[in-house]
Amino acid sequence: MDSTALVALMQEALAGVHLERVASRDLQTTVYIARDDVPAVMLAMRDRPELRFSVLAEVTAVDFWPREPRFELIYLLISLEHRFRVRLKVPLSSDSARVATVSHVWPSANWLEREVWDLFGIVFDGHPDPRRLLLPEDWEGFPLRKDYPVQIRMTPRVTEPIQVTAEEFRTNVEKDRLARK
Amino acid sequence: MGLEAEIPVLTTSVEKMVQWARRSSIWPVTFGLACCAIEMMAMSCGRYDIARFGAEVFRGSPRQSDLMIVAGRLSRKMAPALRRIYDQMPEPKWVISMGACASIGGVFDNYALVQGVDQVVPVDVYVPGCPPRPESLIYGIVQLQRKIALQKLA
Repeated sequence: MDSTALVALMQEALAGVHLERVASRDLQTTVYIARDDVPAVMLAMRDRPELRFSVLAEVTAVDFWPREPRFELIYLLISLEHRFRVRLKVPLSSDSARVATVSHVWPSANWLEREVWDLFGIVFDGHPDPRRLLLPEDWEGFPLRKDYPVQIRMTPRVTEPIQVTAEEFRTNVEKDRLARK
Repeated sequence: MGLEAEIPVLTTSVEKMVQWARRSSIWPVTFGLACCAIEMMAMSCGRYDIARFGAEVFRGSPRQSDLMIVAGRLSRKMAPALRRIYDQMPEPKWVISMGACASIGGVFDNYALVQGVDQVVPVDVYVPGCPPRPESLIYGIVQLQRKIALQKLA
């Protein structure tokens, strides 16, 4: 199915949602959607029988600083049943870089969204586990933003040697034993 | 040794004996972080055969090791793990910083990598190269042996 027909099919399934199709250099179907449409669009894309995008292959982002809207969030979807591929883009401005999570639609979104939060600082509202994924937990800043410096000249953090008292050790062993039951 | 030829005895000092024992059985802990580790493995295999210098026993546990060869670039996230492995090694212990990345950060002059493992652990021998050939690393180990031979007990 060519790109025009696929977008027409999507538009039919998503009545009332503004889909803006753009040309892309690699000829993959590329569609812009608004941030507020994300939850409805994603559910329909997965569940409608004529679409059935069952795989979320990637969530990533691009920073176009200092342009506004600054970020573009990118979802790559695959329909195994109909052999469709589509690229959905969501523009986000720097003062409200947040979007609803899709981790309840595709479980694979969980870590992908954590990675985007980790490196770009885009907040996913309703994410079940919003922690950093790749960087250390206590990292400050978001390195893939264009205004982040290449070299930060920070002394590396190292941990202190672990000091566990006998009492704590026994408590931990007991906790592990109970968790395994 | 001037006594009788049939008495199997050598006289020496305890210090020399200990220095000899330490430098002749340097057991490295495996800490391969990147492509330098490939050269480190080559060094331990048959063609270069670090067993000739008594350092072929790569240990999987820091408790059994004397030497840490930091082979590759150290990320900031890995730094606490490296330090912890080093802390778990029993004294006496030594560190070889293998390659440009481990020594000064190499080509990776960016936020993610530690610019020299000497910010995390004390380094005894730096081996230059990108990556160093196995001969270079063997030379580094021989330099370390010379250093150990000069360490006084008291």
